[in-house]
Amino acid sequence: MKGTEAFQELIPLLGNEPVVHANGYICRESFSLKDREANFYMIGSMGLASSIGLGVALCKPEQKVIVLDGDGNVLMAMGTLAMIAAEAPKNLVHVVIDNEVYESTGKQRSISNAVPLEQVAKSAGYRQALRVDKREDIKPAFEKLMNSDGPSFLLIKVDPCFDPKTGRVTHTPEEITARFMNSIRH
Amino acid sequence: MLSLTSQAFIDRLIRENFKFFTGVPCSLLSGLISHLEEVEEAKYIPSVREDAAVGLCAGAYLSGSLPVLLMQNSGLGYCLNAFTSLNLIYRIPVLVIMSWRGQGGKDAPEHIIMGDIDQKLLETAGMDYAILKPDNCDQVLATAMRKINEEKLPYTLVVEKGLFDERH
Ligand SMILES: Cc1ncc(C[n+]2csc(CCOP(=O)(O)OP(=O)(O)O)c2C)c(N)n1
Ligand SMILES: [Mg+2]
Repeated sequence: MKGTEAFQELIPLLGNEPVVHANGYICRESFSLKDREANFYMIGSMGLASSIGLGVALCKPEQKVIVLDGDGNVLMAMGTLAMIAAEAPKNLVHVVIDNEVYESTGKQRSISNAVPLEQVAKSAGYRQALRVDKREDIKPAFEKLMNSDGPSFLLIKVDPCFDPKTGRVTHTPEEITARFMNSIRH
Repeated sequence: MLSLTSQAFIDRLIRENFKFFTGVPCSLLSGLISHLEEVEEAKYIPSVREDAAVGLCAGAYLSGSLPVLLMQNSGLGYCLNAFTSLNLIYRIPVLVIMSWRGQGGKDAPEHIIMGDIDQKLLETAGMDYAILKPDNCDQVLATAMRKINEEKLPYTLVVEKGLFDERH
């Protein structure tokens, strides 16, 4: 499955949940497919989408919170997997688009071909960790995790395919903050 | 030097509506963290790295809480990219309580350089701070609250050795 197909499959499954995006391609692909107020597009601070998502999940326990992460981002902040496991927010769903490369910077290899990230998450103590390779498996896996207690981890294995012509997020960072906070309040 | 009690200071922060605390410990902040673990009204979440704590605080702020990050100045190096590429550009405030190891060049070797440059780094990044003293607490907190509530930017309180009771 191509990376873009994973987004095409996932995004229609979203309701009004806050989604914290990892930087680079993840933000741009999601933004281009469907811009949402409840999307936090993290354009810098690589690795911190997971800790931002954890903060949101802990402060909004009644709301499912999604982190849309990349393999390189997860590898940069593996300690955060331990924090998520330790705090164990039931409402956190951590989705990782694993293309085994730093696609945003030119497809240099990451090391997630050798390190099964869903096993890392499971060993750290996530309640559930699933891995999917096929497009048709995304929907049932995501729905299962959305309808049960977390913290949950969904690793989606994809082939890199990013089209550099895909637009960049056009909102300013300050606008992203305001929109996201507004959507969370309501 | 006069000292502040950890209890009085934490209670003061709670009255300012800071209820979400995280960080990585420093012995100079040990009394604060011990007290945080005891109070009902506040939550202390151990972070594994200071930059992860910045992310956690950002998430808390975005969902309507006022966060506090406790760290040693050695953690500032780990946080700089998070401050510059997240907090400062998105206007996501956080109250940082940063201990000052290496002050005056009198400390273990690993603290000397950061003890000399930590406040210069903050200034270079355009981040406001104040050195907290027993007799400037009200005034410094008022400045911090203005920075956080009006400008929506981080503010750092620098804590010297001996300011707070240590518990270890
Ligand atoms: C601290 C830091 N180091 C490096 C970069 C450059 N960078 C931007 S996106 C990215 C790759 C992210 O990798 P991954 O999470 O796997 O997402 P992908 O690009 O593959 O979608 C890198 C290395 C950065 N923005 N910040
Ligand atoms: Mg990748």
